[in-house]
Amino acid sequence: MNAAKKRGLPGEGGPSQTLRKQYRVGETIIQGFLFICGMLSILITIGIVFELGKESLLFFSKQQWENTNKIIDENISDSMTLLALSESGAALHQGGIIKIDDEIMEIAAINGSSITVVRGFQNSEIATHLAGQEIYTGSRVTLKEFFTKTEWNPQIGKFGISALVNATLITSVIAILVAIPLGLSVAIYLSEYASDRFREVLKPILELLAGIPTVVYGYFALTFMTPLLRTIFGDGVVNIYNTASAGIVIGILILPMVSSMSEDALRAVPRSLREASYALGATKLETAIRVVVPAALSGIAAAFIIAISRAIGETMIVAIAAGAGPAFTFNPFDAAETMTGHIVRISGGDLSYDTVDYNSIFAIGLLLFVMTLCLNIFSQFIVRRFREEY
Amino acid sequence: MDLENVDSRRGIDAPEAGYHPNLKKRGRIGRLWRQIFQFATVVSMIALVALVLNIVNDAFGYAAIENEIAPETLSVTGVSIEKLPQEDLVKILEANVSRGLMRRLENDQSFILRTRENVYDLVIERVVEPSVVEQWSLFESIFKRGMIFSIAAEKYPEAEVRFESWLDIQFIKSPQSGDAIRSGVKTAILGSLWTIMIAFLFAFPVGVGAAIYLEEYAPDNFLNRVIRTNINNLAGVPSIIYGILGLAIFVRALDTITSGAIFGYADATTANGRTILSAGLTLGLLIMPLIIINAQEAIRAVPNTLRQASIGLGATQWQTTLHHVLPSALPGILTGTILAVSRAIGETAPLVVVGASTFITVDPENVFSKFTTLPIQIYQWTSRPQDVFHNIAAAAILVLLFLLLAMNATAIFLRNKYSRKY
Repeated sequence: MNAAKKRGLPGEGGPSQTLRKQYRVGETIIQGFLFICGMLSILITIGIVFELGKESLLFFSKQQWENTNKIIDENISDSMTLLALSESGAALHQGGIIKIDDEIMEIAAINGSSITVVRGFQNSEIATHLAGQEIYTGSRVTLKEFFTKTEWNPQIGKFGISALVNATLITSVIAILVAIPLGLSVAIYLSEYASDRFREVLKPILELLAGIPTVVYGYFALTFMTPLLRTIFGDGVVNIYNTASAGIVIGILILPMVSSMSEDALRAVPRSLREASYALGATKLETAIRVVVPAALSGIAAAFIIAISRAIGETMIVAIAAGAGPAFTFNPFDAAETMTGHIVRISGGDLSYDTVDYNSIFAIGLLLFVMTLCLNIFSQFIVRRFREEY
Repeated sequence: MDLENVDSRRGIDAPEAGYHPNLKKRGRIGRLWRQIFQFATVVSMIALVALVLNIVNDAFGYAAIENEIAPETLSVTGVSIEKLPQEDLVKILEANVSRGLMRRLENDQSFILRTRENVYDLVIERVVEPSVVEQWSLFESIFKRGMIFSIAAEKYPEAEVRFESWLDIQFIKSPQSGDAIRSGVKTAILGSLWTIMIAFLFAFPVGVGAAIYLEEYAPDNFLNRVIRTNINNLAGVPSIIYGILGLAIFVRALDTITSGAIFGYADATTANGRTILSAGLTLGLLIMPLIIINAQEAIRAVPNTLRQASIGLGATQWQTTLHHVLPSALPGILTGTILAVSRAIGETAPLVVVGASTFITVDPENVFSKFTTLPIQIYQWTSRPQDVFHNIAAAAILVLLFLLLAMNATAIFLRNKYSRKY
């Protein structure tokens, strides 16, 4: 050690160098920047949850005002609690909230055409009102109404999300019925039966098709699938816009994904398993169905679930082919609007902020986000939990 | 190797029938299912081929075009309007359109300064006014040619029947128009290019940075595991959710920045934040998880020996990353990025939510312009009830598919040319 010190380090005559790790400002800055890049993905998620949550909260907490077509018959001073109203218009009910000008009141009792109210409700300013003012009733979207009612029309205070969810489920179920049997069959055929050359041609084609924009599939649904269904079942039965056509085409859209991912899973099963099965006298089909598919089941299941999540979130096909107008129907040949289709239609054009429509797309978006997130997490769980390592 | 056939050909079951009583049946079931699988594959292929054929079928075909005024009647002293000099064309315009319109055209650009082609186009647009009265698909045009001509002659005696390729140079060069026959996709192509450029400039550095952090720097702790899982989940979020996020953040909250007001672009028509910048940033958020995942895979594929050799020679972590890991991983990163960007080109739903314009004829000038993109254009034309708009939608789809094919081919080329084997 001492000898080395005396002789000095290489680079004779130069200043002696230390070999201790040096603190470099540049490196720290770069590392900090890279860390921020990594954190940005968390920020995006937080942004999604925060924005969707915030606006949805507004949607559920804000009063929606509806004109009752009733007017006040007499002037109201700021101390009066018994109000005389016109006979016409929508019925009021006890405990309801009404608004005259900017003052909000709660209805304490109803006697004939006059009502007793609690003034200055919800911290609104108590003021005098002239005869002839219109009366609005306030309603608040409750979670119960949101999930149980079946009519969706925010403009007139109908907030039954099931009309939209139902259409989403119909298109998704049809898509799954098309994509899963076909996709799994294609995967089994490609991995177990097809020649290497056929597979090498077909696999890239499938992947290329998975990259075609969904708006193209939407065009296909409207200009090919719908006329096809109408010639098969008759124009009277099948609407121009219908969920069946959209569902089938979503099935075709997710088909390459299902078959490609399932095929990867099947191919990952080691050859020794197949050969062991053949040696025991199983036929090719028995090997495929009873040995290879169960061994690859976690991968296949994950592919299915991701496909389902994709079908639920699919937008352009349903926006083009499924119809524009929420409808609660179980008939796949009828027009019905899905959650995604509704968001697209409402937000096309200039959507003004802080309106019912604006807030409602966030509430729908939140539900959609939660649904697809659960499916994605579930698929990751399946892969981790049931994965067979060979 | 075909085991079902092998079994039955050897006839194992023949001499010892009691030993393999069901072998024939099993072989039969095996063959049956093989055919079912094969059939499913064929059906899938047919569905996908139908998709492509359907588009080609609509993009070309005969069309019956009726003119408001026959061009022959406009010819001056026997010279057809195609060959007339500019002055005569201006005279024709003057004679056939209202004075107000003439003054407006003169105000837009003086007739003296206009080119002959421009004036000729005006004559066709304003005086001749061709419009499509009926159109046929490519298959009909090929196989039922005679029938088309007889129908057209009967129903539209005035009309000219000609083979129309809805996708042509003029279609790519023209801006949008209310009239299908003159409509084009120039504005939409420019809008698409602008938005994906913004998306790329935003998502590529950040995405690659995040991938480097996760692969080269991040210790295996709780926070980084959360980031990893989170990126996978983000990749599965429906694209329309990103549109809603973009609407809330870029269009609404960051209105002053995305509309350009803060930089002095106080254009009243774009001041509401529904600009190319908002759209590009939204698409950037959408493709960032994809870029991160692809870049992570590319960086992971670089062998550890390379890093160890570099660090052994005294390079710092960042020097190792910059000079050794990144150059080796770059082809993989670029391929993944191109695939992600080609996904961004085809995205429609988030841009509708962010507020793509329904009808603009002005080319985008900067990032604070209003915008439309190719998929948006396709969506709008498809939603129109008139069939002729479906034809131009099909032509626009072909343009879009061509763009995507070119990008995918580039990605495959890059992968093959620069990928290294270790």
